[in-house]
Amino acid sequence: MAKKTSIRDFSVTPSVDQVGINDRITRIQKRSIKKESKMEGLKMILNMIDLTTLEGADTKGKVEQLCYKAQHLHDAQPGLPTVAAVCVYPTFVGVAKKALGKSGIKVASVATAFPSGHSSLEIKKMDTQIAIDNGADEVDMVISRGRFHQGDYNYVFDEIAAIKEVCGKKVRLKTILETGELGTLDRVRKASDIALHAGSDFIKTSTGKIKPAATLPFTLTMLEAIKDYYYETGIQVGMKPAGGISNSKLALQYLLMVKETLGNAWLSNEWFRYGASSLANDVLMQIMKQETGNYQSKDYFSID
Amino acid sequence: MRLEVLKTNKLYIGGKFPRTESGRFYTAVDKNGKEIANMCLGSRKDFRNSVVPARSAFGGWSAKTAFNRSQILYRIAEMLEGRRDQFVSELTKMGSTKAAAEKEVNTSIDRLIYYAGWSDKYLQVFSAVNPVSSSHFNFSAQEAMGVVGILAPEENGLIGLVSSIAPVIASGNTCVVLASETKPLCAISFAEVLNSSDVPGGVVNILTGKKEELVSHFVTHMDVNAILYCGKDEKIKKQLQEDSITNLKRILIKDFDWLSDKAENPYLITDFTEVKTTWHPIEQVGGAGSGY
Repeated sequence: MAKKTSIRDFSVTPSVDQVGINDRITRIQKRSIKKESKMEGLKMILNMIDLTTLEGADTKGKVEQLCYKAQHLHDAQPGLPTVAAVCVYPTFVGVAKKALGKSGIKVASVATAFPSGHSSLEIKKMDTQIAIDNGADEVDMVISRGRFHQGDYNYVFDEIAAIKEVCGKKVRLKTILETGELGTLDRVRKASDIALHAGSDFIKTSTGKIKPAATLPFTLTMLEAIKDYYYETGIQVGMKPAGGISNSKLALQYLLMVKETLGNAWLSNEWFRYGASSLANDVLMQIMKQETGNYQSKDYFSID
Repeated sequence: MRLEVLKTNKLYIGGKFPRTESGRFYTAVDKNGKEIANMCLGSRKDFRNSVVPARSAFGGWSAKTAFNRSQILYRIAEMLEGRRDQFVSELTKMGSTKAAAEKEVNTSIDRLIYYAGWSDKYLQVFSAVNPVSSSHFNFSAQEAMGVVGILAPEENGLIGLVSSIAPVIASGNTCVVLASETKPLCAISFAEVLNSSDVPGGVVNILTGKKEELVSHFVTHMDVNAILYCGKDEKIKKQLQEDSITNLKRILIKDFDWLSDKAENPYLITDFTEVKTTWHPIEQVGGAGSGY
């Protein structure tokens, strides 16, 4: 279906029922997923991880090591999937691309003056272009939260649309809302609507630099926005919670939430991702627990 | 007239006092079969939940200076001294005579002081500079192992607990302890002592429950580095030896009269350390001429 061109008035987005959302989350947290379904869920989670390093201290060696980890999660256990992508700063895209070779693992790059987003549109476009020129398959941009808080919704919209234009059809754009800086569910919903209508291929909760990062209520609000947008336009948009998801139990709860809000069509790494670095090892430890029956120790897994 | 307020004996995990997640309990009885208290019947999940804070406390505890650990052990003794009447009365409830109970509390306090003393001295005594024929300075020093699972002695409620915990934590290990099943009353009061003695949360975690239920989980957990079993049950000994192959954890089996001097020696500290040997290259001073 063709994308609608009319732009809605974002000052009148629906407000979110916070009590309802929290109630739903409480019920999700009480659910228990065991045995075979847990195992399948864990493998699916591994395959949905964007293994991330976004530190000032990143080096070529660190990125290469991360890329190796992405391809060899735990060689002691055959049959494990790889992660979905490796997420790095634009300057390391080339290194990652080379290190990942033909493994099929994508390279995602943050761009647009990550993580603050305080820069001019020209620089943000150039930043994005550099990432793409270096071979990025996906671009993770940040929205201008300052402008958003000023009520300058059209600016935020135009900026996302402009970056999507730089990305073109081949490179998928993930738009980071930085929910921790938006504060309320209503604002998260509004920012989600803006990002969706401006042409994002994914909406993403956080940079990982601000606490709180991804939370279940923020994510559920964003998933609801994706659902409404899908009903409205027929366009499928992906979701990426990022930051703060470091254990398997929590990751399974996210998975459950996606399945029950958006359905099976979203249950692949084309439409759902986790932005995380330490999650992979916890999932691996859980998988090995299911395989061996013994509780695992970090000592026997690679450091990421 | 007022109703007596009964104490809820809970577990001690990560510096907090949670109930068992299983919601189960068992009733401890005295030697005449009279009920004395309801205790948490700890589950394997409680055990797993204790290993996590024990592991995360290990870094900080083992990095403290030996002197500081020594001070903290001394502090435990001070706190125990302050609550001696409570412990005497608990031991009497569990079947000791007044005199025996007093002796047990006294010995426990003294034993803590004993290990507080060794805490910053065992390394000087047991480490070594090794003679080697190359131009290296070669030395060996003891380092803490990590998380130690302790199956505390069954017969003594307090001295058994103190004598098995103190040497293990003196060198910087952290531990998960399964208290005496039949004499559990002092275990949770001792946890309160630990909690008010500057012992960081997670360094000592105390569970109450059944050995037969929990031993296999202690020994197969990959994140437990060593097990101290205080007792002589042949079935448990065999199980420990067999199941420890998963991560080749150290299994130490001790069976003393815990009130005697035998249960008080620095080798119990070194039992839970690993020797690290370092080769440090140096100039061959002995072979150097007058130009050195």
